[in-house]
Amino acid sequence: MNTIKEIQEEIVDEFSMFDDWMQRYEYMIELGKSLPLIEEQYKTDDYKIKGCQSQVWVHADFQEGKVVFTADSDAIITKGIIALLVRSFSHQKSEDIIAADTKFIDEIGLKEHLSPTRANGLVSMIKQLKMYAIAYQAKANN
Amino acid sequence: MTNFPIDKIRRDFPILQRKVNGKPLVYLDNAATSQTPKQVIDCIVEYYSLYNANIHRGVHTLSQEATDAYEAAREKIRVHFNAKHREEIIFTSGTTEGINLVAHGFSKRLKKGDEVVVSALEHHSNIVPWQMMCEETGAKLRVLPMLPNGELDMNAYADLVNANTKLVFVNHISNALGTINPIKQIIEKAKTVGAAVLIDGAQAAPHIKADVQALDVDFYVVSAHKMCGPTGVGVLYGKKTWLEKLHPYQGGGEMIDQVSFEQTTYAGLPHKFEAGTPNICGGIAFGAAIDYMNTIGFEDIAQYEHDLLEKATQALLEIDGLKIYGTAKEKTSVISFNIEGTHPYDIGTIVDKLGIAVRTGHHCAQPIMDYYKIPGTVRASFAFYNTFEEVEALVQAVKKAKQMLL
Ligand SMILES: Cc1ncc(COP(=O)(O)O)c(C=O)c1O
Repeated sequence: MNTIKEIQEEIVDEFSMFDDWMQRYEYMIELGKSLPLIEEQYKTDDYKIKGCQSQVWVHADFQEGKVVFTADSDAIITKGIIALLVRSFSHQKSEDIIAADTKFIDEIGLKEHLSPTRANGLVSMIKQLKMYAIAYQAKANN
Repeated sequence: MTNFPIDKIRRDFPILQRKVNGKPLVYLDNAATSQTPKQVIDCIVEYYSLYNANIHRGVHTLSQEATDAYEAAREKIRVHFNAKHREEIIFTSGTTEGINLVAHGFSKRLKKGDEVVVSALEHHSNIVPWQMMCEETGAKLRVLPMLPNGELDMNAYADLVNANTKLVFVNHISNALGTINPIKQIIEKAKTVGAAVLIDGAQAAPHIKADVQALDVDFYVVSAHKMCGPTGVGVLYGKKTWLEKLHPYQGGGEMIDQVSFEQTTYAGLPHKFEAGTPNICGGIAFGAAIDYMNTIGFEDIAQYEHDLLEKATQALLEIDGLKIYGTAKEKTSVISFNIEGTHPYDIGTIVDKLGIAVRTGHHCAQPIMDYYKIPGTVRASFAFYNTFEEVEALVQAVKKAKQMLL
């Protein structure tokens, strides 16, 4: 398994092939469409992150010392970004997730989507991913 | 409409020259906030450059000039809305504060067993203050329902209003759907049981010149920033008889007659409701905005915007899967829509990339979205400085977004 940093570099590489925003967005939309991200049973209020305009759901599992995330959104562009975040954070160790950043989103030209004032739930979602990692780490240390 | 001076008007708005994401700005979020013409910007610059001072207090020249300009703006606003008395025009920070002021006043007057009526088409700011008032007083909040086309169910209204009804609050125009509500009829019916009526005119003020005496309305509230004025200022019109009865909203300077630690007596209207240093420059600029809009003329504005609405409605409906919410017979230049299989947030995001500013979401009117069982809509709202080319740009952008998303 690659490290979070390696995966994020890979994503930045992929996006460097695109010339303009339209291609980037088309790719994001593809990602959003092609990934069945979360099991229906977790698409409930318990797993929902309130993001005002688009709804986001996150679920975490702990498997063989790694945190496995699934997530989803009802808005497709949001879902595309979620796909990238899950790809970089899932199947990683808690401490790596806690230490990781999301600068790659900026580097691939999608920074505005992670602005705290953007009403799409992504910022809260990242916080939630880290919270899960912290919770699992606390459990593991007990 | 053939002779509307659109080119000349557009030159009045510096912001319309801006580019967004490398594309010329197409600003279609006018229902949220309108843009500001240079006549109003100049007025603001002039205030801070020449006569910025606190009002109603100093004897010095600047204070006197600022006070005169502020009171002259109040008079302009009085004339515009045809209020009978100048003291019926209360400066506020906007529609929201105007509503809270009245709700606060009524929370000292209502009791258990009283009823108040709210329409299903309201902005949250014309719902929440009343809910708080009802919680405090035990009065019952009853909802005047809407119909699928976005009009109010006036048959239901006739049944809702009864001897216990003390207050009715409805918007003149719905911000989410553009419906123009039959407020004259609503007010007349409320009068038959002696209920007071507050009309939220935030969305109407940029399109319709309301005559508060002809309407015989008790309270009418507006925000300057929706009618070419600055943010953070608005007006509450209230009938003098009501304003005299209502308890002051905030305590402080300006609103008092005599203060001692034993007892304070309040100042007369309008100052009783204007505690503290107000948005002086904002009030003066609000007057300039009203002058500006009247120079263009509300009848011409309404006609031109209606033409924009017709053209946009027709062109958008040609897009397969596009559904417009709010198809009332009487509506202003607001189009709320969704495209089957897409989320409004996605459409809004792509359309913004193409330089077009629309609003997406629930438009602070969640009950309407719940009624239609949708998460929100994309809303394009047109002003008199928008053009037919911009309507076309919107249509093309929506087509592009649809093609990308589906
Ligand atoms: C119908 C309606 N009422 C009230 C408001 C609130 O106005 P403000 O935020 O200026 O107080 C708005 C603004 O969006 C509105 O459209």
